[in-house]
Amino acid sequence: MVDIKETFLNKYIEFEKGLNGQTGTPIHDARKAAIQQFEQAGLPGPKNEEYKYTHLSRTLRKDLDLGLDSFSSKLSENEIEKFHFPHDEANVLYFVNGFFKSDLSKILSPESEFKVTELGTAFEDYQQDIQEIFGKHLNHQDAFAALNTALTNQGVFIKVEKGKALSHPIIIYNITDTSEGNVIYYPRNIVLLGENSHARIVETFQTFGKGKSFINQAGEIIVKQSANLEYYKIQEENKETLRVDNTQIVQYRDSVFNAFTFTFEGKMIRNNLSIRLVDEHCESHMFGLYLVKGNSHVDNHTVVDHLKPDSFSNEIYKGVLDENSTGVFNGKIYVRQDAQKTNAFQSNKNILLTETASINTKPQLEIWANDVKCSHGCTTGQLDEEQMFYLQTRGISKESARAILLTAFAEDVLENIKIDFIRKHLHNTISSRLKH
Amino acid sequence: MLKVKDLYAKIEDKEILRGINLEVKAGEIHAIMGPNGSGKSTLASVLAGREDYEITKGSVEFLGSDLLEMAPEVRAREGLFLAFQYPVEIPGVTTTNFLKTALNQIREYRGESPLDAVSFLKHIKDKMNLVEMNQSLLNRSLNEGFSGGEKKRNEIFQMAVLEPTLAILDETDSGLDIDALKIVANGVNKLRSSENATIVVTHYQRLLDYIIPDYVHVLYNGRIVKSGDKTLAVELENKGYDWIKEEVGSIA
Repeated sequence: MVDIKETFLNKYIEFEKGLNGQTGTPIHDARKAAIQQFEQAGLPGPKNEEYKYTHLSRTLRKDLDLGLDSFSSKLSENEIEKFHFPHDEANVLYFVNGFFKSDLSKILSPESEFKVTELGTAFEDYQQDIQEIFGKHLNHQDAFAALNTALTNQGVFIKVEKGKALSHPIIIYNITDTSEGNVIYYPRNIVLLGENSHARIVETFQTFGKGKSFINQAGEIIVKQSANLEYYKIQEENKETLRVDNTQIVQYRDSVFNAFTFTFEGKMIRNNLSIRLVDEHCESHMFGLYLVKGNSHVDNHTVVDHLKPDSFSNEIYKGVLDENSTGVFNGKIYVRQDAQKTNAFQSNKNILLTETASINTKPQLEIWANDVKCSHGCTTGQLDEEQMFYLQTRGISKESARAILLTAFAEDVLENIKIDFIRKHLHNTISSRLKH
Repeated sequence: MLKVKDLYAKIEDKEILRGINLEVKAGEIHAIMGPNGSGKSTLASVLAGREDYEITKGSVEFLGSDLLEMAPEVRAREGLFLAFQYPVEIPGVTTTNFLKTALNQIREYRGESPLDAVSFLKHIKDKMNLVEMNQSLLNRSLNEGFSGGEKKRNEIFQMAVLEPTLAILDETDSGLDIDALKIVANGVNKLRSSENATIVVTHYQRLLDYIIPDYVHVLYNGRIVKSGDKTLAVELENKGYDWIKEEVGSIA
């Protein structure tokens, strides 16, 4: 059997040789610390509590030749544009297999509003900013997060200037081209919102071809005082995709952050979304919707960590699991001793459409402060037969009745989307999904 | 229009309908009365196609076709309508929205072209007046937070929109105050024609002061044990159901 831990360690040794300019910098130090942490902890095994229901290490070992490296895609402009969904004017970035497609990308907002650079360049051009963020916030106890820090050289750095509200949203198309073989890569996005700035970022994840891929993604997002960020992720890759996404957000005083995570496809998708509220009067929302079928497995692990008083967090995750698909939801809320007057709410609701679909859901609240309002709830059930019957007695077909009820179920999440064209796109995606 | 012959139905192992015979012709209103647990709502549910019941014997013919072979939505498209005793709440689905889907699927089934948004709105506006339905209720989630009277009115409103050939009103009067009762009855009467028919399922005679039935049937222990005209309903109201039970008991 292939020792995949060894494979990753060797990969790092190779990678380190090519670092050149970065050698000895704080970025290199962060990589070294991360790979050491990975070496000590190894990949999560079957007994690892955090990966109890998501056997990613085993699947990786069985599924992929991890010795491979990602290739540079030969997809033409026409082929790439097929991934486009209709949207209003936006700053658009394309990445294929992690490589930035500068010729296709279009930036409308002026540089005075924001800077956007591929990560490799940013390591040099924005060394100061990057050094303060890279590897400083991500939870490296997660082996995949540690690996990403060690091995990443792709992704994007977005810096929104202090006091600026972006006139257009940023849309990032992440395309994995599997037409020439397995693809493995480690993209890393770093987002810095300056004080009192506002931005909306939309990432879509799609696949070209039917091949296998492993995408170990990570993000570090800093939302400074009074800033406001909306972050959308739409995961609709192919059936063979293995994806881990570690995203860490840090919020400062009076800031607002909205996260939306949509999952429609993938062999095994694991999202670790974690928010640290390091200051007072922060507001955070996490909305999630997973609508999967076949043999897809989708796992959302979320953390909200309240460190200071008077913050508010709200989380709504909803899932529809069809055929043999499986799901996991784990929502942690920490309210530290200092974090008095915290309001924290969490809800996870699931509908299982078949007897073979399943979900493991677990809320985890740990509260050290004594003056807080927290609530959580989770439900798992089938489609309501009485509602189905009612609609059918009005002449509506079983399939349509099902679609009507599931769309209504998803609406709790969709109604919070603040960008009209995104809501429309998701409504379309959902109704085409529900037709089958 | 509707011919029920020797119909038997059970739920789990409990036999509820035990040999129902009933014929309804176009233009008629039939009232089905009976004490609690006699099988009234079961009959309504079986006719609408609820899957919980197993038909063990008998047949139902609706407009010349075998009703029991049809899925609930096909029955509706053929012209059958059930006003629910307990209308369900569906959060996130507005009445206007699902009715448009319903009406257009019915029209498609009948080979008619779908109504566009404008024609549909005009159609429902006309019907809203019929049951004094408030527009704002129709734009809210179906029945969510509606009062009992509003839910029942919504049922009759839907009936008006879908224009069924045979409507079954299952305990539509229960829990209604007199004003709501009049509105509901008025709606039903206005929809009446020589082409369609109505079955009113009720425990009490009260509704029948406003919807005058041509026939009254008493259901007891899963059978129609007595049929008559509207005077039977008055007699039941005055004397209660015990004399029926005794009469049936003495025959058995």
